Amino acid sequence: MYYLRILVVDDEVDFLDTLMNRLQLRQIKATGVASGEKALEIMRQKRFDAVILDVKMPGGMDGIETLRAMKKIQPLTEIILLTGYASKETSVEGMELGAFDYVLKPIKLDELLIKIGEALEAKSAHDDKLRKGDIKKLIRFPDNIYTQGKDEQE
Amino acid sequence: MYEMIYRRLQNKIILLTLLVSFTPLLILGVTMYYQFMRSSRANTESQIKYRAYARAEALNRFLKERTAILGAMADTHNISEISDETRLARIFEIMNARCGAFVDLGVIDDQGRHIAYVGPYDLKGRNYFDQPWFAEVVSKGAYMSDVYMGYRKMPHFIIAVRRHENWKPWILRATIDPEILNEIVRSAQIGKTGDAYIINRNGVYETQPRFDGRILFESDLDPNLFGGQVDVVELKDKNGRPVLCAGSWLKNNKWLLVIEQDPAELMEELFAVRYTEILIISIGLMAIILTTIFTTRITVKHLKESDKKMVEMNAKLVQSDKMAAIGKMAAGVAHEINNPLAVILQKTGWIEDLLEEEEFQESENFKEFRLSVLKIEEHVERARKVVHNMLGFARKMEPRLEDVDINETLNQTIDMVENYARINNIQIQVDFTKDLPIIASDQAQLQQVFLNLINNAIDAIGKDGLIEITTDCNDTEIYINFKDDGSGIAEDVQNKIFDPFYTTKVTGKGIGLGLWVIYNIINKMGGSIKVQSVMGHGAKFIVTIPVVKPEKK
Repeated sequence: MYYLRILVVDDEVDFLDTLMNRLQLRQIKATGVASGEKALEIMRQKRFDAVILDVKMPGGMDGIETLRAMKKIQPLTEIILLTGYASKETSVEGMELGAFDYVLKPIKLDELLIKIGEALEAKSAHDDKLRKGDIKKLIRFPDNIYTQGKDEQE
Repeated sequence: MYEMIYRRLQNKIILLTLLVSFTPLLILGVTMYYQFMRSSRANTESQIKYRAYARAEALNRFLKERTAILGAMADTHNISEISDETRLARIFEIMNARCGAFVDLGVIDDQGRHIAYVGPYDLKGRNYFDQPWFAEVVSKGAYMSDVYMGYRKMPHFIIAVRRHENWKPWILRATIDPEILNEIVRSAQIGKTGDAYIINRNGVYETQPRFDGRILFESDLDPNLFGGQVDVVELKDKNGRPVLCAGSWLKNNKWLLVIEQDPAELMEELFAVRYTEILIISIGLMAIILTTIFTTRITVKHLKESDKKMVEMNAKLVQSDKMAAIGKMAAGVAHEINNPLAVILQKTGWIEDLLEEEEFQESENFKEFRLSVLKIEEHVERARKVVHNMLGFARKMEPRLEDVDINETLNQTIDMVENYARINNIQIQVDFTKDLPIIASDQAQLQQVFLNLINNAIDAIGKDGLIEITTDCNDTEIYINFKDDGSGIAEDVQNKIFDPFYTTKVTGKGIGLGLWVIYNIINKMGGSIKVQSVMGHGAKFIVTIPVVKPEKK
């Protein structure tokens, strides 16, 4: 079975804890952190399939900044932006930076799960393509692929 | 009040312009007129002066010639020859042939006896010894009389020359036809009022003046006014009108030739000039007045319009500033509210999750818990909707551009509410301008705008009424008017209706976001929305949308 690994970043601890509890109840492996810095730190150590990222986190790194850094660390991870209001600037900027989508707070867990499902589906389709591409490349350029593939495994 | 400011400004400009343009024109006109009058007057004076001089010369020459020929005749004949009347008649004939104007000719001996006479009167044998001129001619040698009646009872004058023969004087005397004087003088009577006549030293008329006075009667003119050769004097006639008199002495300063002229007559041409000038100036003034009023009106009108535009633009700016500020604030508020709402929703979700567990299912208040949680969620949802509505658009931030036919969109929107309107006996009447340009816009958002406006109109009417929807356009804009005959909007709240949470509806029926959302949508499209209303007489919303041509595919 393919394990889903999800990272939730939100500075609202009540929200974060509750969401963790509920995801756990649903047997979903999720990690919750309360700041952008911590999120980046943990992303350097572990691979995640999807990240749910609050756009507005006063006091530390804000969502867009975090998003940009995350895309550098794990470019293939799908990131869902969580926002209190759909400001044109943040949403458009976020999408341009490679976020999968954005959802508006407050959101019911079911809806959030659907969105996560969509993200994972997109990711697996993406991964599939990459895998197939890798195989093609492997056939054509056996030497190059080895090093790239090694990076990804790490 | 503004009207008065513009009127005052207009009047001020007109007055100033007129003053500035009138003053030099009038000064010029008056100066020119007086200058012209002065030169005309000088001209007139020199004219009659010259006339008097020329006439006097002619008269003098005439008299001198007569005297000379008479003298020549006397010198070339002795008394015995000349006393012969046939001879005298021959001489008379020659004289008249050569010179003319002699009426008769006579010879007078030293005793004053008229010893020979040729002429139409019976004067032979008369004695002139006692006549004052007889002594004078004897002593001085030549004599020219004033005009007088004499024996013949006809105004005439004589010329006499004396000759000595054997120490005895005799006199050749001739009568000059006074008509000849009259004739010469009359030729100087110019125009309708010009007069010319001769008076002697005592002011007695020697010729018949043209108007007042008679020959040999005293004239009103004082000959002492004239000295020198030719003088011009301005006098008043009996009626007090000014008369220019030029006087020239002749006949050894015994006669005065006077030429009278009403200066007004000679200046008639001046008056013609004056009328022309007045006419030209009047036309000029008229033109200036009209142009000034016309241009000033146009200028003030333009000013007024641009002022009005500026006021409108300022109002628009203030409005959009206000809206932007509110929008920013609303966004902040939304975030602050949405975060706690998110927490609440998660918490209730968690409670729900926990309630699924076996032990709670048996709890006596399980249903109550569950219901409460559902209610909380319901109200969270309600709050969420408010916040999302406040921001206008829950999901789609960017308007989707598609080809939109405004009339068609309106028709679709009207279809949606027609039933509801009919139930309330509200008629929706449309009058669309055909062939509105197809524009690139967001049909769904426009539909939301139209729907909100029609719903507002229906709410304003309540029951039984009429909604008129019209469209119109020019090259750059499309206008959509929604007019209802409902209760109307009070003037003092007209600028508040686009604010968020402003509502006149009963609590629970509306939260006052409809017009705000409309305002934002239209604003984002680059259009505008305005309201016109008089309390009690319905309201009219005018939506203006810029014509954005769809890109060619």
